[in-house]
Amino acid sequence: MPQIEEVNVDQFRHLVSERALTGETMLLNMGPQHPSTHGVLRVLLELDGETVINAIPDIGYLHTGIEKNMEAKTYLKAEVMTDRLDYMNPIGNNLAFSMAVEKLVDLDVPPRAQALRVILTELQRIASHLVWLGAFGLDLAAMSVFLYCFREREIILDIFELCSGQRMMTTFVRPGGLWRDVPVEFETAVRNFLKIFPKRVDEYEALMTKNPILMDRLVGIGKLDAATALSHGVTGPTLRASGVNWDLRKARPYMGYEQYDFNVPTRTEGDTFARYIVHIEEFRESMKIIEQALNKLPMGPVHSDNRKFVPPPRSEIGVSMEALIHHFKLWTEGFPAPKASVYSAVESPRGELGVYLEGDGGPKPHRVHMRTPSFDNLSVLDKITKGHLVADLVAILASIDIVLGDIDR
Amino acid sequence: MDKKLEPIVQALQEKFGATLEEFRGEAHVFVKPEQIVETLTLLRDTYKFELLSALTATDYWPQGSPRFHVIYQLSSLAENVTTQIRVPVNGDQPKVPTVTRVYDLANWREREVADMFGIEFEGHPDPRRILMPQDWNGHPLRKDYPLGYEEPQFTFNLEEIDLQKPYAKE
Repeated sequence: MPQIEEVNVDQFRHLVSERALTGETMLLNMGPQHPSTHGVLRVLLELDGETVINAIPDIGYLHTGIEKNMEAKTYLKAEVMTDRLDYMNPIGNNLAFSMAVEKLVDLDVPPRAQALRVILTELQRIASHLVWLGAFGLDLAAMSVFLYCFREREIILDIFELCSGQRMMTTFVRPGGLWRDVPVEFETAVRNFLKIFPKRVDEYEALMTKNPILMDRLVGIGKLDAATALSHGVTGPTLRASGVNWDLRKARPYMGYEQYDFNVPTRTEGDTFARYIVHIEEFRESMKIIEQALNKLPMGPVHSDNRKFVPPPRSEIGVSMEALIHHFKLWTEGFPAPKASVYSAVESPRGELGVYLEGDGGPKPHRVHMRTPSFDNLSVLDKITKGHLVADLVAILASIDIVLGDIDR
Repeated sequence: MDKKLEPIVQALQEKFGATLEEFRGEAHVFVKPEQIVETLTLLRDTYKFELLSALTATDYWPQGSPRFHVIYQLSSLAENVTTQIRVPVNGDQPKVPTVTRVYDLANWREREVADMFGIEFEGHPDPRRILMPQDWNGHPLRKDYPLGYEEPQFTFNLEEIDLQKPYAKE
């Protein structure tokens, strides 16, 4: 049995101030089991009374070796692991990985699949922001918002269940298209959601935005300037709240995002309140995109008919020998990818979700690296919490929208 | 390759003798380890690559030299172009100078690469492991590191395997 070693302050000596070593300030662990850290995150706090001098995040508690595991699986099977990265955004992760595979093997996606991918990822963005808003409210002791947000999130998860049979870990987006076409009830379900949701967003705003208690807690807290944000690789709503208009959906459109008319909400203050406003505005922009995509949803196939990469539909297997062979080959051996590397990035609800994918000529990837936005967004925590109270640290941590599965991978 | 990227790549080739590889429209520029700080400083200051999107590595074991490539994925928001800088590193005592002074993002990402691949970043301000426990042996993403598995317990070997398990026993 391994000995339990006492933690030695020496390994943190370069991270804390001199006063911590004399005992003038206090070192305190927040987490790893703490409801406000959104998972298993430990923050080593150096406190002077209740003021934060240093906040040193310690991550890795949820490390599951996903990148290593993917190297031992074929491309189609490795995709299943991407669901588990950022468990608030499984469809977005599927999309990021599928796009990397499509780029690596040069595979086209039919227009209907592209439009459906956009609708599903935008629904997922709303669902993710709803969890964010609920948890954010909960951290600020606004319990009711959490309940309302989860009520609306259920509607979206029901739509996912309708399409894929799964509420969260869908693996619905596959290299070359989608797993299968959406059922006929899909459009009605999404339109129903679009009818209900705008009023609900107004309700959240009525509860929170102009609430003086909330304003007191948020305005001017955790200021992040654009230069620091960019240097730390902070992306997504957190970067846009600091005044940088950078959204990959606009900057490098993928999946036909250039056809849709939407704004990129930006604020210049860079504080916790600005991040809150950007998230709320993104609800409305996502709804705009979904509505447009649904209105001009083209008919046609939902996956590429290149049978060397995309498994044939079930109906073909019984009547075509080639289909049976392809089915068998793709699910046992997998398809080979060239010995080269690609980097492809999408805008996840948290920022730039990049996939570095390298093939080795065989059916398994040589190296997969997920550039997960939460990891880099969290790295800025120490800088923006200095001088604030512990209660503000909780608000800041909630506002930068981290998911520990995304950080630790 | 993007038209806007051509003069940048040319400048790197002239200044650092960099080599270029292209694949599906992506430009991968190879530079030597000792040039990386200067390269990234030049790209950030002169060519407006404000964002270091990703910093990672890949292992080509059993090939020994170069065994690793350290990969820097850069984005320019102003010009909307991306490029990739790759640094080949040898297998015995791999070392690369740190770029934490150029991009703050490198602090955690270099710790991750050091943790996962055992590549030392010289001059790093906080060279602790980041994802694995501090007392971990080995570097999991190296190709010679086994994937590892746990032997499944059945009724006939339950106790035998239980004895080898690391958790506390009565």
